[in-house]
Amino acid sequence: MLLSVRSLSKSFPGTKALDDVDFTLRAGEVHALLGENGAGKSTLIKCLTGAYRRDAGEIVLDGAPISPASTSEAQALGIGTVYQEVNLLPNLTVAQNLTFGREPRRFGLVDGRAQRRMAQEMLSGYGLDIDVGRDLGTCSVAVRQIVAIARAVALSGKVLILDEPTASLDAAEVRLLFDVVRDLRAKGLGIVFVSHFLDQVFDLTDRVTVLRNGRRVATEVTADLDRLRLIEHMLGHELDAGKSDAPRDPAGADADTRTELLRFRELGRRGVVEPFDLTVHRGEVIGLAGLLGAGRTESAELMFGVRTPQTGRTTDAHGPVSHATPREAIAAGFGFAPEDRKTDGIVADLSVRENIVLALQARRGWTRPIPRAEQERLAADYIRRLDIRTSDAEKAVGDLSGGNQQKVVLARWLA
Amino acid sequence: MARTLRRIAPQIATLAALVLLVTLVFPQFLHVDYSGGRLSGPVIDVLKRGAPVALLAVGMTLVIATRGIDLSVGTVMAITGAAAAWTLAAGWGWGAAILMALGAGLLCGAWNGCLVAVIGIQPIVATLILMTSGRGIAQLITEGRILTFRDPTFAYLGTGTVLGLPVPILIWLATAIGVAVLMRRTALGLLVESIGIKRPASALAGVNARVLLIAVYMASGLCAALAGIIATADIRGADANNAGLWLELDAILAVVIGGNSLLGGRFSVAASVIGALIIHTIDTGILLAGFPSEYNLVIKAGLVLLILVVQSPNLAAHWSLVRAGIRARREPRPAASPGPRP
Repeated sequence: MLLSVRSLSKSFPGTKALDDVDFTLRAGEVHALLGENGAGKSTLIKCLTGAYRRDAGEIVLDGAPISPASTSEAQALGIGTVYQEVNLLPNLTVAQNLTFGREPRRFGLVDGRAQRRMAQEMLSGYGLDIDVGRDLGTCSVAVRQIVAIARAVALSGKVLILDEPTASLDAAEVRLLFDVVRDLRAKGLGIVFVSHFLDQVFDLTDRVTVLRNGRRVATEVTADLDRLRLIEHMLGHELDAGKSDAPRDPAGADADTRTELLRFRELGRRGVVEPFDLTVHRGEVIGLAGLLGAGRTESAELMFGVRTPQTGRTTDAHGPVSHATPREAIAAGFGFAPEDRKTDGIVADLSVRENIVLALQARRGWTRPIPRAEQERLAADYIRRLDIRTSDAEKAVGDLSGGNQQKVVLARWLA
Repeated sequence: MARTLRRIAPQIATLAALVLLVTLVFPQFLHVDYSGGRLSGPVIDVLKRGAPVALLAVGMTLVIATRGIDLSVGTVMAITGAAAAWTLAAGWGWGAAILMALGAGLLCGAWNGCLVAVIGIQPIVATLILMTSGRGIAQLITEGRILTFRDPTFAYLGTGTVLGLPVPILIWLATAIGVAVLMRRTALGLLVESIGIKRPASALAGVNARVLLIAVYMASGLCAALAGIIATADIRGADANNAGLWLELDAILAVVIGGNSLLGGRFSVAASVIGALIIHTIDTGILLAGFPSEYNLVIKAGLVLLILVVQSPNLAAHWSLVRAGIRARREPRPAASPGPRP
């Protein structure tokens, strides 16, 4: 056993994030860590990487108990982590990033040639053919991920934790990344893989551990597990397979009775998105698909007025709709859950209640405050209906887990 | 109400401790006289002398809550004072003088607000422009002299009393209460805090961040104008060089002693005003205690440092642990309470 975690617990004010959790990792395996938002995945990882101090329990690496007090200490012990948002320095070159903190020196100065050679050695075996002198910022996200992995493996070399590494990659990039992960597994590393994509979990991993509400629900061999049971583990109740798989026919019987809600015509902005048409019906969920950089985010931003459209017009049943700025779009009844939740979505220091009423209050204007009792009712209502995991409505949104923060942003527009 | 009291409890405790300290050194400190229809005594003096900084602190609190800062308020005092004195000298009467001063304050605030919210200059730089250039504007108005006037009604704003209380005290009290009520009884407080914490997210939620920012700097200008009126009325003249000099720093200090973060967000007007009183209690106490004057600034710095250290978030965490420990001992629970682990 490479790494074993026994009876790990960790509490935050008002919540028990991890409750008596066991977890084991063998050398040469990819172990998936699954769970709903707020189940405790991030907390477990942060306890392993030294970002959090655990309250109780023990962590044993290679037979020796460890308690890393910082991420650098965990790294030195052999536990390396690669996050969804790669935390390398985009304004430095690939070689500088790879050798950061242990640059080869010559007469006290950084030896550039040795640095590049060292970087090339670190990258060899990753199937990557890039110039290590390039700025990291000019590389694709997948390449940045692999550079981050190479750095983590070189620094740590026993356990590699991948925290949602595929969240912003396209299919080809995911394959590239998985080849790298399989190689590392063959070399005997223990790899923890956190992802929301079940296909990838079945494709890549050897075992699965499911967390729910801070407790370990199951640890099973991936090959013996079927998808339905896995989802049931995550949700904590049984699923009706027939219902969830029932095909929905968009052109089916009720197509004629669907009412058209909004029609975007030739909406576009030069250098951002070529003009496009989109019609939205009542009760409809529309997916905007495309590769990274295809203009998905930008299209959404045009619709909400974050970027002002230069061409096109938008109409509803009553006539033209103006949405050149977010305030106009909101007045027209639009809501927007942005891509970058931390900067554009939540207002971290405000409470859950205040975040939920914010958009409604801004729409009513400052002179007509929403009465406190009404605010509390709205907050309680959406906490219940969206299953927002929080100890109470007055908790700062920044203290919630990522997925629950996203639910608060959603509640803001439903309120 | 209970929430407000809990929020300002550390500031009240600090003020009480200081008053106690000063009273120990100078037992007459809390003594209040009533003679000739007016209250007098060291405490009344603190409340009256503290008026300009208290007023500036009210406006500064709002600006800092939006993650900004207004370095120009001391200068705006000089400009508005000069504008008032000029109007009186021109013979337009006290009403016009007050309106002129308030108008000048609003204009200065609008200028700052536009630089910050429309052009996007960092607040510290944007307001630095008016801070340095404004004294020149004030000197242009007074033509380089100390502009004096004789209007007794205007002077009343600085030296008069109502029911024995000096008018400046009433002005800052009314302003502080008015602003606090306006912020908390409408949604303004929430919206101001929201743009201070995260402006992009607030704008996407539909908060009109630009207009609010300009309004906040205008409110700060208005508070500075009130302070300028009091300072001018007090000495019956406008001194473009010295009116409000360095008071912006005392106002910022008052806001910080009031426990408001310079990084914006949550704010308390009441706590800032108490912060202003703390500063003036220190100033007055040092004088009353009879230290040689060359020690004054050093002693003040030491006391301010002590207050800020005691209030710092790092120590606050320890206080709450101590408190939690006491509570845990009072009502023992079966589950082990979470505490720091070695």
